Amino acid sequence: MSSSLLFNATTFLFLISTILFFAFLATKNSSIGLGASLTAFIGWGIETAAIILRWKESYAMGHGHAPLSNLYESVVFFAWTIILIYGFIEMKYKYRVVGAFVLPFALLGMSWAQLGLNSGIEPLVPALQSNWLLYHVITCFLGYAAFAVACGISIMYLIKAKAEGDVSSEVQAGSVIGMFPSIRVLDDLNYKAIMIGFPLLTLGIVTGAAWANYAWGTYWSWDPKETWSLIVWFVYAAFLHARITRGWVGKRAAWLSIIGFAATIFCYLGVNLFLSGLHSYGGGGK
Amino acid sequence: MSTNKRNFIESLWDFFCSLKLSISLLIGLALTSIIGTVVPQGNIPPEYLQTISESKFKLYQSLSFFDMYHSWWFMLLLYLLTVNLVACSIKRLPRVWKMVSEPQLVMDENLEKSLALTHEFKISGDAVAKMKDFLATSVSSPVVTEKDGSIHLFAQKMPWCRLGVYVVHLSIIIIFIGALIGSFFGYKAMVNIPEGMAIDTVYAPGDKAVKLDFAVRLEKFSVSYYDTGAPKEFKSILTILEKGQPVKGYENIPIIVNDPLSYKGITFYQSSYGQSGEGSLYHFNVSRRGGAGGAHFDLKKGEQATLNGGATLEVLEATQDVRQFMPEFSGPAAKVMLKMPGKNPESFIVFKNHPEIEEQRKGELVLQYAGADEKLYTGLQVAKDPGVWVVWSGCALMTLGIMMAFFLSHNRIWIRISNGRVVMGGTASKNPAAFESKFEALVEKLKALK
Repeated sequence: MSSSLLFNATTFLFLISTILFFAFLATKNSSIGLGASLTAFIGWGIETAAIILRWKESYAMGHGHAPLSNLYESVVFFAWTIILIYGFIEMKYKYRVVGAFVLPFALLGMSWAQLGLNSGIEPLVPALQSNWLLYHVITCFLGYAAFAVACGISIMYLIKAKAEGDVSSEVQAGSVIGMFPSIRVLDDLNYKAIMIGFPLLTLGIVTGAAWANYAWGTYWSWDPKETWSLIVWFVYAAFLHARITRGWVGKRAAWLSIIGFAATIFCYLGVNLFLSGLHSYGGGGK
Repeated sequence: MSTNKRNFIESLWDFFCSLKLSISLLIGLALTSIIGTVVPQGNIPPEYLQTISESKFKLYQSLSFFDMYHSWWFMLLLYLLTVNLVACSIKRLPRVWKMVSEPQLVMDENLEKSLALTHEFKISGDAVAKMKDFLATSVSSPVVTEKDGSIHLFAQKMPWCRLGVYVVHLSIIIIFIGALIGSFFGYKAMVNIPEGMAIDTVYAPGDKAVKLDFAVRLEKFSVSYYDTGAPKEFKSILTILEKGQPVKGYENIPIIVNDPLSYKGITFYQSSYGQSGEGSLYHFNVSRRGGAGGAHFDLKKGEQATLNGGATLEVLEATQDVRQFMPEFSGPAAKVMLKMPGKNPESFIVFKNHPEIEEQRKGELVLQYAGADEKLYTGLQVAKDPGVWVVWSGCALMTLGIMMAFFLSHNRIWIRISNGRVVMGGTASKNPAAFESKFEALVEKLKALK
């Protein structure tokens, strides 16, 4: 049994789960919904095993390290954190339909990793040889994942809000939108997801600064990655203040959440693909 | 006139207290920060200059885009944000503080109406003591007030969590103070130390020399590689010297990336390395063409050696691997200048791995290059930042404040007992749904008391 086989199984299960979630939306059949959730969680369990196995495989190769060191490993971990945060929110607030707007993010990540990225296990370059790597990456990605869930919920909010403006509630009840929680609930869920993500992002930035100070003697150097993480922080800080300001709740908050996630994705991928800096994945550090 | 003035100050105050200003500043900071991630900061690479027109360059320069995070307008945004969050806190904190320090002990009719959760039931006999114990075990020790013939009980949990927001605001100011301390009393610098040498001066940006009151000697530098060829470890062995003498406990300290050395508040970080010309020795064997034996010479770069017969030899350049310059050859090579007495100097390359090239050269002497003992230098990042602990305490405080503000809830329970009628009311600062079920459970238990 190799980790890459298990990662393939994970991708397949996330695909099935996504399809089931859409079927759940269309049919409103609650056992299909349950099946969709269970498939996602089994996929998550297998992915957990795959990550542990990959960790062991790196030790067998003689340069063991946590599988969080290059683009492939980070994308796979991102998918894992998205399902983790989604699972937490589903268990706690019991709105299963949200999965239809969250699972696609995890599926997209896994498919890209399995089809488009180099999955080789590489030894850690000197710049990454630090325990801070673990704390920094875990906090950042849990935060990113919560923002992914918030973005999915915000998209639902905008669809629902538009539909409520367009058609009467009887027509709505018959359509897919009828399954959605009310916009008040969606607004609240969006806020709750960001309440999980914001402290984690803050910790991610702080651990990153601590590591930078330990490795280079500067906790902040306005490197593009650092700056973009701060941009993301500013956007969600604006969101949190918007929540308690008249005229900024509802649609504007939903848009801020979507913009925040777009900035998050740029911070994670765009910076590495388009800008230069200290965080070149795979190439590593300096 | 005076009313106008007061109006102006009042509206200025309102402007700085407004949440809309906070949101605008946060979004403004997010948007402007993008500029510095697209436009190069600090040293502008010449390739970039070729991609933009001169007028654009002048425009960017006048707007300080090439050092935008230290520009006056970016600083202004940060200062405005600071003023804004101080003003917001000054405006709102007293009210919140009052709620925390002087809780409303009595649930009157107004309060009762404003509460979402109330419950009323009848009891017989005196249950005050029982209810007191009940609140003490399930919420917190209650305050009992007698007023107008009614008995009021009040219990609350974690009132201080309402201060979380202000703790976060304070932490941001503390982080700014830490950053200012660092920029006024600290510095970042670089220094290169060749193996075996000591330095006591480091160079801040702009080649500003900073003299240390001690010296650092590089004993040895080494690089190790994985079998894939990727670098595994860059290691400098350092010794701190005071008045030329090694300091106890600071001798032969290895530093690697992610493991620096600190001495007297100044920290040295492994940053880069390279080949140092200083102290390197180049080995040659010189013999007469057709003659046997020959003599051995160790040369330093830029130094002329006199060979037997009056000829002079000098090393101009050398490399450990010539392949990068001349792909058809490999191994170490040295470019030398040889001057035979009474003749013009000639310069040519001698290869360690290709002695046949030297055989083909026509000349009285045959040179053999035996390689070099090249010395390496280490590039160290040097930093002194007395503000860093202020920044870390700000970060810790921020984490604490966010936890308080996001995850803890101030729960309050009032009970009013009059003429056998009990009214219980409750409210929570967060998560009303979770509090509702908690409140219902409390009601059930309270009813079971009688």
